[in-house]
Amino acid sequence: MPRNHFDNELQELVKDMIKMSSVVEDALSYSIKALKKQDIELADKVIAQDDLVDKMELEIEDKCLRLIALQQPIAKDLRIIATALKIVTDLERIADHAVDIARITKRLSGEKYIKELIDIPRMAHIVTGMVKDSIDAYVRQDVDKAREVSMRDDEVDGLHSQIFRELLLLMMEDPRKINQSTYFLFISQSIERIADHVTNICEWIIYAVTGEHVDLNE
Amino acid sequence: MESIKIRVKDINLYYGNHHALKNISIDIYDKAVTALIGPSGCGKSTFLRCLNRMNDLIPNVKIDGEIQIAGNDLSKYDVILLRKKVGMVFQKPNPFPMSIYENIAYGPKIHGIKSKSKLDDIVEKSLREAALWDEVKDRLKANALGLSGGQQQRLCIARTTAVEPEVLLMDEPTSALDPASTIKIEDMMESLKKQYTVIIVTHNMQQAGRISDFTAFFLNGELIEYDKTEKIFYKPRDKRTEDYITGRFG
Repeated sequence: MPRNHFDNELQELVKDMIKMSSVVEDALSYSIKALKKQDIELADKVIAQDDLVDKMELEIEDKCLRLIALQQPIAKDLRIIATALKIVTDLERIADHAVDIARITKRLSGEKYIKELIDIPRMAHIVTGMVKDSIDAYVRQDVDKAREVSMRDDEVDGLHSQIFRELLLLMMEDPRKINQSTYFLFISQSIERIADHVTNICEWIIYAVTGEHVDLNE
Repeated sequence: MESIKIRVKDINLYYGNHHALKNISIDIYDKAVTALIGPSGCGKSTFLRCLNRMNDLIPNVKIDGEIQIAGNDLSKYDVILLRKKVGMVFQKPNPFPMSIYENIAYGPKIHGIKSKSKLDDIVEKSLREAALWDEVKDRLKANALGLSGGQQQRLCIARTTAVEPEVLLMDEPTSALDPASTIKIEDMMESLKKQYTVIIVTHNMQQAGRISDFTAFFLNGELIEYDKTEKIFYKPRDKRTEDYITGRFG
């Protein structure tokens, strides 16, 4: 098959994307685990791990630009590479949100939580699955899967609204709960933003395969 | 909106029993560069030669169908006049074994221009259009065969434009040239297409992407896909086009 070398390079690019996604998923899972268990050591690990994510982003960008310079890809090849450039940016931002959650865990260290965390971990579980499945859709160039993943954003938005209302009530009932409630709101918002980043990833996957820009938020 | 210069309808061409072009229909736009791409033997050069009836010179060739240039049926054209209107540049530069000046003046003289000042003007204008004037203006009497490959090819382009054609056919005009000469000729395309309809056969995908407005992909004598170059290179409709332009075959 012609262009073996180029196809091998594209395969390597995809493997790098999978590795980066895996590190980002771990960062997210660990950040929520640290939050639930108030595990400061785990929170510190998430924060430290962010350097690895940043390094992976730069390496993938570099690889993409080299492929463009040396192989002159066009049509779908070019879209796949351009999409990789966009996706790594979203993955890096997702990892940043995981770090934000870890930092809040550290700030709340030593405090008893004002309520048991149920919906936040539930939201996090959904978006972790979204991250994993979106990259899966990219690897398999599966437009239907990308659309399906993006639709889970609705459930995440619903949970975020629910958490917002609950926390608002808590704050109104007892001003002493405002501090923690605000932090939990930030966390809920971070997770909701992660879902938006995954929706972006899904839009880019559809673009890579079909060449069409779609707005999955509509 | 571009206007159509050449209408091709249901062209079938046979070399003996070999069906080399199959039901080719295509409208080629004026004041634009159209690239013909496809693997070796796909029929693109054969098709190009239909447009100035060069295939008439090949024995055992049979052609059905219709080609119109600016509304005129090609088959009814005087072939000498046709080759003035439709100029051709070949892969290997082929300057005449005469001076640079005489190479350019030859065509206009054949077509009746006798005035020396008019010929001087034509020579200068054509060489300027070919971005060659500054390099040769002080040695117009020098033998054209002494020019470099890239200069010879630009001379051939100048020779073609000297007779005021409407269409320029180019069959892999830069494939025998070095990168610097290639770029010079590609740069000319922007100005050439302001005056002429340019059709270029090329094996170089990047070149087609750089210089053409429209691209036609040929395969096994068929026209598979024809569209704006940005569309063909960005989101081709046919998988065979995608496979070819991404180098997966051919």
